[in-house]
Amino acid sequence: MDDAARSIIRRKTRNIHPTALALILFCFCSFAGSTSFGQDWVKTGTGLGVEKVRLAVPDFKASTSDAQNTALVKTFNDTLWNDLDVSGVVELVSKSFYPLQVPGQPPEINYLAWNAPPPNAAMLAFGNLGVASGKLTVQAWLYDVKNLQSPPVLAKQYSDTASDAAARMVAHKFADEIIFRLGGGIQGIAETQVYFSSDRSGHKEIWAMDYDGSNQHQLTHLSSIALAPRISPDGSRIAFSALTKTGWEIMMYSLDLNRLVNFPHFGGTNLSPAWSADGLRLALSSSRSGEPEIYVADASGGNLRRMTTDKGPDVSPTWNRKTNGQIAFVSGRTGLPQIYTMEADGTNQQRMTDQGYAVSPNWSPNGQFLVFAWVRKYGPGEPGASDLYLMDTASKQWVQLTHDGGRNDFPSWSPDGRHIVFQSNRSGTLQIWSMLADGTKVQQLTFTGHNEGPNWSWK
Amino acid sequence: MELEIVNNFVWPQREALGSQEEYVRQLNAKWFLLILGLSAFLTLSACGKKKAPPPPPPAPPPPAPTASISVNPSSIQSGQSASLTWQTSNATDVSIDGIGAVQPNGSQSVSPTDSTTYHLVAKGAGGTQEATARLTVTAPPPPPPPPTPTVTDEDLFGQNIKDVYFDYDKSDIRADQQSSIQANVQFLSQHPNVNFTIEGHCDERGSTEYNLALGDQRANSVKNALTAAGISPSRIKTISYGKEKPFCNESNEACWQQNRRGHFVYQK
Repeated sequence: MDDAARSIIRRKTRNIHPTALALILFCFCSFAGSTSFGQDWVKTGTGLGVEKVRLAVPDFKASTSDAQNTALVKTFNDTLWNDLDVSGVVELVSKSFYPLQVPGQPPEINYLAWNAPPPNAAMLAFGNLGVASGKLTVQAWLYDVKNLQSPPVLAKQYSDTASDAAARMVAHKFADEIIFRLGGGIQGIAETQVYFSSDRSGHKEIWAMDYDGSNQHQLTHLSSIALAPRISPDGSRIAFSALTKTGWEIMMYSLDLNRLVNFPHFGGTNLSPAWSADGLRLALSSSRSGEPEIYVADASGGNLRRMTTDKGPDVSPTWNRKTNGQIAFVSGRTGLPQIYTMEADGTNQQRMTDQGYAVSPNWSPNGQFLVFAWVRKYGPGEPGASDLYLMDTASKQWVQLTHDGGRNDFPSWSPDGRHIVFQSNRSGTLQIWSMLADGTKVQQLTFTGHNEGPNWSWK
Repeated sequence: MELEIVNNFVWPQREALGSQEEYVRQLNAKWFLLILGLSAFLTLSACGKKKAPPPPPPAPPPPAPTASISVNPSSIQSGQSASLTWQTSNATDVSIDGIGAVQPNGSQSVSPTDSTTYHLVAKGAGGTQEATARLTVTAPPPPPPPPTPTVTDEDLFGQNIKDVYFDYDKSDIRADQQSSIQANVQFLSQHPNVNFTIEGHCDERGSTEYNLALGDQRANSVKNALTAAGISPSRIKTISYGKEKPFCNESNEACWQQNRRGHFVYQK
């Protein structure tokens, strides 16, 4: 990206809330165009000089002597650390800098041992947990160790039936509390879910997992091909596309009932359902009238209305989650697929990408950005990988998020707008990965079978 | 038994030849007189006790039985059957060798393994009549050579129908694929009962969803080319597999070309 483009984005982003700016766009990446630096990339951008809060998180202590303590303490500490580490909101102080004596309760804090170098922590999260009579009790605090007059920021107590899942859930809840306080008031994502398609049962079925990759479990048992689940905004239903006896149809799975619920068959090839932000409508691609076109239906499947009429495949719609008034989609009307936007009634169709092969758009929660997969330089002698790009929809300026090879596709935003989950074959097989929206903190979430088409829950 | 006696009595008469003829005549006369005398004695002795009834009218000689038997057809192959039909009259006891006693008139299906002569004997008060019918059984023809497997429409479909290949990201019929379309149209016109599915396939590059949409267009593109040439659309189903069911799994152009196709599948 050239300097002019970056300054446009700076000007543009100055209008939004400064914390949101810092969180969502805290860095842009730029490709060094010269061939001699073909494999290098340099990180530049806004907000790079802003220091994140230095947070120390010593391991929680066991408060009882129950046999279950050891396992649950480890689960809790690992989960809490990972949640805070990938949040992008804080800078975790390395445990190697911690004093030998760590607190399990407020009276045990030695402030000087924490707020001065080497830890030089601004914040300290600590506490204890223990099992008694099958019940897990967690006491957790967040202290501002540099504010000796009034250090307590958070004091929480959780209790639940003692289990590994409960220890993980309590860690997620406490991590979200910290991120909410230190991250400018944006809700954390530690309790969110990711839905995806996996073939590890022998067929591509719809699966679910916690956002950090734990608790992976199968939802559908169709023994066919089920692809690209999209969770409703209220988290109650999953729309997806599956191969039925009569072709590809939209199917609906209820997470309340844990089974498929009725949804009409439209005929032709029906793909890529996408929920409107209010959960009342679905955009989808259907070839019921011949060509694959974008349609909008009520959430029940009724009142189907055609939005596009051009030649060439139209597929993969995504709603503007902020305004609920626009839809971005992929169209092959001019040849190789490109990203387009339109009003939700089909008017004002505009092309967003100028070249290459651009697919799988997903609109950011704040409505400002599209993330999508792009092979920018497709053609003979240009083997270009499919990478993820972020585009400001108003200016059409973009930045590249992935650089590490492999085919990266199907990005989906986390509800806090800080993370993106996507599929990549960079490890050799197709798996689900997550990263911060600036391309850092890349984590592999799935390892078994082939996994694709991730979709992050709305809350 | 009486009949046999008469027969036995008659036989020597028939066999008397040449110089013995006179002697036999005398012998017969003696026998005749003896029987006559015996009869008269018996008759007279009976009459001596009662008034003699008027002599009965002489009984007419019983009619001789008739018999006929036929088999239709007269020649069969082993394993086949023929219809055996017979008629008799004035017979009280009818039998066929190898079958046994039968009704005076009747028919029966027979399927002997060897040639058989059906010998009918009809016995009645008036004598015995015989009839025969011969059924010739020929060896079955040599087993036919193992039948050449029946060529079904499905086989012909597989041999004659050609898949249609596409350029990258394209769904229009390439010029070099028109001959395949024409050959398919010709075959499908000659086999109007054949229904089929056209599967749209894509190579591994690009997104799952876009490729499913592209595969849908490829399948419909082939369908449209066929219907434009007069093939009824009611015979054609289309389905897109995108890149879900590749024919070839390598990442090179030769393999990708194999996967970019409209694939024909016979519909049973």
